[in-house]
Amino acid sequence: MDLSLSPSELEFRDEVRTWLEENHPGPEPESGLEEVMAFRREWQGKLHEAGWAGISWPKEYGGRGATLIEQAIFVGESARQEAPSPANVLGLAMGGPVVIAHGTDEQKQRYLEPILTAEEIWCQGFSEPESGSDLASLKTRAVKDGDEWVVTGQKVWTTFAQYAKWCMLVARTDPEAPKHKGLTYFLMDMDQPGVEAKPLVQITGEGEFNEVFMEEARIPDANVVGGVGNGWSVAITTLMNERAGLAFGAISQISNNLKRLCQLAEETRCNGGTAAEDPVMRQRIAQLHIEAETMRLNAYRGLTKTMQSGIPGPEGSLGKWQWADINQRIAELALEIEGAYAQLDRGAEHAVSNGAWQYSFLRSRANSIEGGTTDILKNIIAERVLGLPRLR
Amino acid sequence: MYFDLTDEQQAIKSTAHDFLAARYKSERIRELAASEHGFEQSDWDEMAELGWPGLALPEEWGGQGLGIVDLAVLFEEMGYALAPSPLLSTTIAGLALALCGSDDQRERFLRPLATGEKRGAPALWDADSPATPGGFTMEAKADGDGTVLDGEKVLAVDAATADFFLVGTAGGKRHLVDRGADGVTVTAEPSIDLTRRLYSVRFDGVRVAPEDTLPAEEPEYFPVFFRACVAIAAESTGIAQRTMEMAVEYAKDRQQFGRPIGAYQAVSHRCAQMLLETENARSAVYGAAWAADAEPDSLPLAASMAKAYASDAGWRVPDASIQVHGGIGFTWEHDLHFFLKRGKANAATLGDARWHRDRVADRVLAEATAPAPA
Repeated sequence: MDLSLSPSELEFRDEVRTWLEENHPGPEPESGLEEVMAFRREWQGKLHEAGWAGISWPKEYGGRGATLIEQAIFVGESARQEAPSPANVLGLAMGGPVVIAHGTDEQKQRYLEPILTAEEIWCQGFSEPESGSDLASLKTRAVKDGDEWVVTGQKVWTTFAQYAKWCMLVARTDPEAPKHKGLTYFLMDMDQPGVEAKPLVQITGEGEFNEVFMEEARIPDANVVGGVGNGWSVAITTLMNERAGLAFGAISQISNNLKRLCQLAEETRCNGGTAAEDPVMRQRIAQLHIEAETMRLNAYRGLTKTMQSGIPGPEGSLGKWQWADINQRIAELALEIEGAYAQLDRGAEHAVSNGAWQYSFLRSRANSIEGGTTDILKNIIAERVLGLPRLR
Repeated sequence: MYFDLTDEQQAIKSTAHDFLAARYKSERIRELAASEHGFEQSDWDEMAELGWPGLALPEEWGGQGLGIVDLAVLFEEMGYALAPSPLLSTTIAGLALALCGSDDQRERFLRPLATGEKRGAPALWDADSPATPGGFTMEAKADGDGTVLDGEKVLAVDAATADFFLVGTAGGKRHLVDRGADGVTVTAEPSIDLTRRLYSVRFDGVRVAPEDTLPAEEPEYFPVFFRACVAIAAESTGIAQRTMEMAVEYAKDRQQFGRPIGAYQAVSHRCAQMLLETENARSAVYGAAWAADAEPDSLPLAASMAKAYASDAGWRVPDASIQVHGGIGFTWEHDLHFFLKRGKANAATLGDARWHRDRVADRVLAEATAPAPA
């Protein structure tokens, strides 16, 4: 057992740390999504030049071929310094790895480089209005027509679809087959008359997500990834990739938020002292720190296990569940500490921290829904880790 | 970075697991729970042969010279088996002597303790005090070149069978007193945990020779205290693991409304929660154990986090297991109550979750508002 970083890991961390300190572009613009995207494209360009984009990708495909621990260090350090996201998060975390794992040589040639440079943004077309947690029940149809597929249906929760060139689309190609078997994974060009993206305004007032409508959209047969009928297993690899890298960024983000929570408590008057002196608030602040520490240590245990076995286990579901729970409770406690001022939003003269906690509180409601709901994660843990019987 | 047990630690774990599983079947635990002292000397002799009393004590004084991670491995298994044994109390006394005793005291007390020939027990909390860490009230009155002790200590674990006590007095000194010394009276106090016995110990004009007072001052006992916290938190983690497994097995077998109850999400999600709490406790415990061995500066925070978390998980998980079992889980006949009681007793001692969380709050608030390092 050794919870410290090895000399070479420390050296790597210092390299990341220094590079980020020297190249950090400052906070994201607050003027609107267009400006944010432009800012993130520029940032990704910088990352790519320095060889940090596609850090997990093998070197032969333009990545860095970093070890799992190095990826963890990079993600953790980026979040610690609150570096912006790259513009093409989904392309880097899911699209590229899928093409590398399941794509043909032509596909690798065509798609990988523009993902790294953010020249082409990717989005993910999995969820549908009637297929959320039960993803394999999705209904979007793709019908073969010569050497093309014709796609009709609707996707939802499609992050940044309005900026995307390519959509990782899972559609039903064989309605007769059992639900997991009749699916195919496509790369769909978003830039065509049959595809329309409409922003979905969420409870924060922003439009991160979209609905995507497909009306006889066309996809060349050459854009099938992993073979017709294999869509489910290809999609599952991308979800695994989505989860594996996120933990260490989430941990640094929580640690930053906990620090701000402590500062808020110190600055807020409460019962003749500060909230940091209030016994009840102290207990809750401490409990959140303790749980955040267990989450961090669980992630290290998981990483050791993944390094031994080669694949992330279902235990990763615990981390996602815990992250959502802690993140929500941090924002809830912050609003409680603010007291009556919790009503004031960004722009209000007397708003605390210019409404930052109000935003966190609202945005974090989705943490237990996005990327696998907490209720579904509990099912996965019960069935796949504990071996309890399935209800279905 | 490698967060898993080494092969040697795995070996300690499987040896302990097999040994304890063979010794402590349900009927045996019940026999011992009904016995005078709650454990049997013959079991102790076997544990001594395995080297457990001196596992984390220095080789120089007859111990195995292993670390706190190894000790946590052993105590997790002790909790898993619900082993009734004086190992915890004597281990804490041993750590105090190893870290805070004089060489002469180590020769006379630690060496026989490390081999299991003698056992020690801390006698720290004063009657009518809150029994939270620190602030002992018993006066150590000077008497010639020695000291005289008067007063009553409570919640002393295994006091009736220990060979000597480590008695804490006002100002933070510790004194070695033989159980058979003149003026010492040990009285059993019924406790909820029948597998670990508590006693009060009266000291009526008990004379302590100067060579039997430890040279260390109060702050030097913190490393002992935090190591003890890790050991007991490891034990609570074992309790959580075992009772979670019991719940999962039962939920797979027990049929109601034509299905195993584990197929119902009200039950399966409760089991998932038990896993979360057990794994969190385990991570916190080994994180703190590693800190004790490798990064002592971070031990106080890590140990308080581990003790706070495992205090809660150590009784909540058995409690949840009882709920999964339904009526049978509430009977004396089922073993779950023994686990719940041990977990609750562990939670209450060596600083409860609230006490440790308050320490955590002190540290994290101070850190968050400290100026950033240059």
